[in-house]
Amino acid sequence: MRAADSTVYDAAIVGAGPGGLTAAMYCARAGLRCVIVEMLSPGGQLAQTEHLENYPGFNQSTSGYELSEIMSDQATSFGAEVVYDQVVSVDFEACPKVLRLTEGLMLAKTVIVASGARPAKLGVPGEEEFAGAGVSYCATCDGNFFKGKDVCVVGGGDTAAADAIYLSRICDTVTVFVRRDVLRATAIYNTKLRELDNVRIVWNTIVESIEGDDGAVVGVSVRNVQTGETAKVPVSACFIAVGTVPNTEFLDGALELGQTGRIVTNSVGETSVPGVYAVGDVRMKSLYQVTTAVADGANAAEDAAEYLIQHE
Amino acid sequence: MSEVVTSADFQKKVLESDKPVLVDFFATWCGPCKRLGPTLDEVAKDVEGSAYVYKVDIDQSQDIAAKYRVSSVPTLILFKDGQPAKKTIGAQPKQALMQMFD
Repeated sequence: MRAADSTVYDAAIVGAGPGGLTAAMYCARAGLRCVIVEMLSPGGQLAQTEHLENYPGFNQSTSGYELSEIMSDQATSFGAEVVYDQVVSVDFEACPKVLRLTEGLMLAKTVIVASGARPAKLGVPGEEEFAGAGVSYCATCDGNFFKGKDVCVVGGGDTAAADAIYLSRICDTVTVFVRRDVLRATAIYNTKLRELDNVRIVWNTIVESIEGDDGAVVGVSVRNVQTGETAKVPVSACFIAVGTVPNTEFLDGALELGQTGRIVTNSVGETSVPGVYAVGDVRMKSLYQVTTAVADGANAAEDAAEYLIQHE
Repeated sequence: MSEVVTSADFQKKVLESDKPVLVDFFATWCGPCKRLGPTLDEVAKDVEGSAYVYKVDIDQSQDIAAKYRVSSVPTLILFKDGQPAKKTIGAQPKQALMQMFD
């Protein structure tokens, strides 16, 4: 039982995605006794990325899952510990700082929050009801169930574009509903997407509801936000890629959050509480990528080590 | 790792089981399924003696996946007395899976 364990870690890291694993590696190499608390298994969102095309040094042949395993092995090889549990709440006023887990407590002098983000919901009728029955937030997971079918993707960012490209190889047709008249997706996705014969992009259009019959999706109701025109589009699946929501519930007001609900930090990742850092997708910043998550992790670990020297 | 059951033994091991059975419908190519693996093994250890945990590869056993209308992986279904009693979708922490047995 962890409650009886009086270990005070130099650094406790919440979440084993790329940001957390990099922070752990840097902490361990800096000689800090550090632990990662992970609720599932290492990798975070990276582990469900089919191929990572924009992480330097790796190419199409490496899956996100493989890369996250490499990162995890690398962190533990330098002495980072991993505890599989979920952080339920925190007390950052206490000294040392306290993480309450489902099984006991964890004490640490510094904390690095790397809890990441999860796919955002559309919040329309039918979305909850048909989740797993045609409504999906993971094209690489569920695309194969809709071989030769007509499907749609909702969203205009990199994830939506990558999903549409992936699905175009499996499904008969892919309709992409974009809220604005332009894709936010990176140019390379944009170009690829427009070259595909079976992908149709519908601009200025939002999905208002997802319809089903006999427990499975049969179509979506859409509305053009400029003309007000509505239509029903028959599809067998609706892949939702409208951004992410940060995992901050367990913080319950302990750290200052920005307008987007992500944690406000300074340039090295330190939050409103000294000795507590935020890295990766949970941190408020301008670019959410594996490359920036790992950079965040390194910066925060370095500053945590500095913090410990000054507060010993 | 939890045992993978196929169309050949699903009837006997899951539907005719005298104890509740949690079945993880997974695919070898699915990232979240791989992430769920270690958690599922932990759950299997914890419920040992009072329930079973098996896996179904949806590509190998398409008939079972189709019968229970699995169109997302991972999908977890708890079977009681040969009937699906609870269903959940996506990789989840151990605590959430343990609650399925309540």
